[in-house]
Amino acid sequence: MNFPVLSIILLAPIIGALINVFIPKENSKLLKAVAGIATFISLALSILIYYIYYTQHLTTGGFAFQENIPWITDLGVSYALGVDGFSLPLVLLTSVIGFCAVFSRSWSTEKRVKEFYILLLFLTAGVMGAFVATDLFIFFLFYEVVVIPIYLMVIVWGSGSKTRQTVTKEYAGMKLTIYLLIGSAFLLAGIIWMVMLAGDILGNLTFDIAAIASVNFPEHLQIIIFGLMALGFTSLISMFPFHSWSPDGYAGAPTAVSMIHAGVLKKIGGYGLIRIGIFIFPLGAKFWAPAIAILATGNVLYAGFISLAQKDMKYVIGYSSVSHMGFVMVGIASLNVIGLNGAVANMFGHGIMAALFFSIIGYIYGVTKTRYIPDLGGLAHQMPRVAGAFLVASMASAGLPGLLTFIPEFTIFMGAFSNPTLRIIAFIVLTGIIIGAVYVLRMAASVLFGPRKAEWDYIQDIKGFSLVPIAILIALAVIFGLFPSLLMDMVNSGIQPIADKLVAASQIGGSL
Amino acid sequence: MFDIALYHAWVIPLLPAMAFVIITFFTKKMPKRSAGISITSILISFVLALSLGIGVIGQGERYLEHPLKVVVTWFSMNGLSIDVGTQIDTTSVMMLLVVTFITSLVEIYSLGYMHGDTGFARFFSYVSLFAASMLGLVLSPNLLQMFVFWELVGLCSYLLIGFWYHKKSAAEASKKAFITCRAGDFGLLLGIILLQLNFGTLDLQQLSKVIPHFTEYTGLTAAGLTGIAILLFLGPMAKSGQFPFHVWLPDAMEGPTPVSALIHAATMVVAGVYLVGRILILFVTLPSALAFVAFIGGFTALFSACIAITQTEMKKILAYSTVSQLGYMMLALGASSLSAGMFHLMTHAFFKALMFLGAGSVLHAMHDEANIWKYGGLKKYMPVTYWTFLIGCLAISGIFPFAGFFSKDLILEVTYAASSLSGQATGSFQGLYSLLFIMAALTAFMTAFYMFRMFFICFHGELRSHDAHPHEAPKVMTVPLIILGIFSFIGGWGGWPGLGEGQAFGYFVRVGNFHEIEANWFLIILSTGLALFGIGLAAIFYCKKTYSAEAVARKFPELYKISFHKFYIDEFYLWVIRHIVDKLGWLLWKFDYLFVDGIIVDGCGKAAQWSGSVMRRVQTGQLQHYAFVFFLAIVLIVLFLSLTDFNSIHVGLLLGGVK
Repeated sequence: MNFPVLSIILLAPIIGALINVFIPKENSKLLKAVAGIATFISLALSILIYYIYYTQHLTTGGFAFQENIPWITDLGVSYALGVDGFSLPLVLLTSVIGFCAVFSRSWSTEKRVKEFYILLLFLTAGVMGAFVATDLFIFFLFYEVVVIPIYLMVIVWGSGSKTRQTVTKEYAGMKLTIYLLIGSAFLLAGIIWMVMLAGDILGNLTFDIAAIASVNFPEHLQIIIFGLMALGFTSLISMFPFHSWSPDGYAGAPTAVSMIHAGVLKKIGGYGLIRIGIFIFPLGAKFWAPAIAILATGNVLYAGFISLAQKDMKYVIGYSSVSHMGFVMVGIASLNVIGLNGAVANMFGHGIMAALFFSIIGYIYGVTKTRYIPDLGGLAHQMPRVAGAFLVASMASAGLPGLLTFIPEFTIFMGAFSNPTLRIIAFIVLTGIIIGAVYVLRMAASVLFGPRKAEWDYIQDIKGFSLVPIAILIALAVIFGLFPSLLMDMVNSGIQPIADKLVAASQIGGSL
Repeated sequence: MFDIALYHAWVIPLLPAMAFVIITFFTKKMPKRSAGISITSILISFVLALSLGIGVIGQGERYLEHPLKVVVTWFSMNGLSIDVGTQIDTTSVMMLLVVTFITSLVEIYSLGYMHGDTGFARFFSYVSLFAASMLGLVLSPNLLQMFVFWELVGLCSYLLIGFWYHKKSAAEASKKAFITCRAGDFGLLLGIILLQLNFGTLDLQQLSKVIPHFTEYTGLTAAGLTGIAILLFLGPMAKSGQFPFHVWLPDAMEGPTPVSALIHAATMVVAGVYLVGRILILFVTLPSALAFVAFIGGFTALFSACIAITQTEMKKILAYSTVSQLGYMMLALGASSLSAGMFHLMTHAFFKALMFLGAGSVLHAMHDEANIWKYGGLKKYMPVTYWTFLIGCLAISGIFPFAGFFSKDLILEVTYAASSLSGQATGSFQGLYSLLFIMAALTAFMTAFYMFRMFFICFHGELRSHDAHPHEAPKVMTVPLIILGIFSFIGGWGGWPGLGEGQAFGYFVRVGNFHEIEANWFLIILSTGLALFGIGLAAIFYCKKTYSAEAVARKFPELYKISFHKFYIDEFYLWVIRHIVDKLGWLLWKFDYLFVDGIIVDGCGKAAQWSGSVMRRVQTGQLQHYAFVFFLAIVLIVLFLSLTDFNSIHVGLLLGGVK
């Protein structure tokens, strides 16, 4: 067996968490250092395997760095890991944001530092696990694991909002947790049903995604099971009207959690929808795609307009992230290789952008103790670096070419317009690029520009370790923006087999 | 050197881009060095562009027919492949020269104008980024790359309008510019996507081959392709400030004056004209799309001239005149003449940059007092500015032999030709073109009038402000003025009637066959007469003061007010944004907050709580209750079994599922 690189990427944060358990809670620097080193190991190895896959496996495609240890043989569960061109960008995204989250400034982590970093590391590992698993059971296990640290982190280190007094951090944490658990109940039902059916047809129980995907399920079952799973996955990706946990949750959560949640966790929804939903049930996907596309219009426009009315920076970004997920879902609903490529690339792009935004807002909140936009203003005078980063994030959010979000959005629209049934929806959704520019630029203008306010003169510009997340995320945004093929080639190699299956399914008609 | 520049033209935009990176990350604290890096890079780019220009003009026919394309794949996937690279032909080289030339002069001028500003280094880094983006746009071989740089110049415009971010008005203006252009880009991006979808390519050369025969390659009808063309045109309309997207351009004057000269007059705003010129074949193929372009151009030209006539700020007047001249360029393209559009683009770049820089010199001398009625008699304080500004005014009014005369005359000529039988491909729109010709001629008269109105108010008479001490600008500012003055004088001679192949501007920059320009004496006399009439009228009102302008304004108070308030278009947009867009956002938020959240989501939670509290009562903890329920259940089961047919019930059910 080869060097178990994926296991190390996955376990490094967990080991870091275990080490932190034995460090005295007063020693906050050491706790942070351990968390930093643990996530850095993941990050370095993720970059390495991204590079190796990009240079060596891209032409052949398929899974690489696989590990497989049988676990519960009666149920056909094995500890099976592997990455392909589809999951690798998301693995990279997870480790980047996990590393950045350690250094991001949260306003209240001075208390209970030890528990904070332990939970943060478990959270990172949990998200990572969902992306590297090739076994459904392992996937679902990690998918559930992440909810627990999130719940604790929101209610312990979270904050309320000035614009919505009724939303306390406890409310936000509870809402987020219950929402995701209900979603995953549907998902679990779907998974069990699917595994039992596949077990009957294949002759033995298995949770291996590839093995299940080789089964041709009858069309009506595909429709039902895809529907169940879609309910779980789309509520995780905050599809309209199952989105309302998202803005409250992000506003309530501490910076690091918002970064991980908006950056990568909600992408598990999109990932699962494609990897499990479309790959295993292409006909079910065909049936549901129009509904998803129509609801995605709701995401883009409804959440976009609401974003215009927000006065709390975290709510602006919270609703904008709901709005952006609409683009991803239009890409998924286009059901062709171009649209799916765009959707996956956009998940990556939005992840970097959202993490950057939350990191900056966390810093501003940390130093000014307010996120309420009318309270702020003219911050570019005191914090030029923060202002620059804020503008980069705003421009990335508005899909400026040269930053990594543009090509994915363009690709999504190419995919959506080449699907004749989606033309009108794609046209409506495209107006989202105007609204998207309006709300971020309004926020940037009111927060950063305007006359110098003396009340903020005590503030220091961002420096030292707080710069780490911002520098890394901006660098990635620019690199992937200038050289999109670094991302698109990778995604394309992973999406091609899934798209082929869609094409094959529509040709055969799907009957057994 | 020519060959190097030819195959490595990407260096031309790369140099300013590097200057931007170096200034941003290394020399931000060192203003002088930053300016040095920026100016050096743009000057090297200018020299490279010059060598390209000389080389390409030397072999004009070759690059006209077979543009040199150097590309690499930017990204590709199944069914979508996008290149990035450079395309060298006569049009792009002409544009390269204009951009690098004006940028160099403006940067040198800024050494004086921006002297002492706290954001000196930042200014030069932004201008460098702008130069890089603009040059990248000019060299683009395909529409997507063009869109990429198109957005980047928009970003630079945003950054530079909001350069003095401590001013609320500047922050607002920059936001307005970006969002207005975004609205147009929606159409542009949609057009680009639809072109790629239908033709399978965005490459300019391939498109120009297949578009004229679109029925063979695609299933599009003429109406469908016209729709795409008009969508595509929305982008240029916004960027080039055409009605109804013109509102951002006058506000953009919040930026430093050199920026107004460079970006909002000479280079960036003509990107729209350039893009339409690059894809002109699309419009020429579709007469109604072409007529649409012409109409928007002609209308904008007249419309903004009507506004300019009553404005009281030098930069605002110049801004509206820019909108008007951009309308002229669109009109020329709409008359299917690339030569006329590009020619006016070039001469306009010279004289408008000159006038903006002159206005900057005046503002500099008057300590940023913007109202022209505070000026007066500046002639004797600032002779260089005075004489160069006069050249600019004469050029824009179209007086022989200044640059504007030739280009404006050419536009009138092509519009006139399109309205008569000799025009090509105008189809059933002859009447429209006749109307547009009249509008263009009227605009020419009004341009001369409002330009000289401003000129006489500013430079003649007596100084009206008493606490001002005007003085001539330093050499570093006047030398660029003089150079631009020279080019505003001679820059149009490439359009001299009778210049033939290999000599005339129209030979190098054209679509279709070359026609030697013949002097049309009717048009020459008409346009010169109109211009002289406008100047004379301005002189009577504002120099000699034979008649009072105020009296005329008082006679038509409604007309004056509507012009002064720019036809209330800004107010209208503001109303729509405040009362429709923001209201809608607010209503949806309330809906989300009160209904989706308050009733559905929280309702589910409440329902669970309520059902829990009700069900709780079942668990009383008293044995008698449990025994009673147990008994009741047995009675019910026995009743059920006795009333139904025993055999039809599955045995498994009775046994509780145990097999």
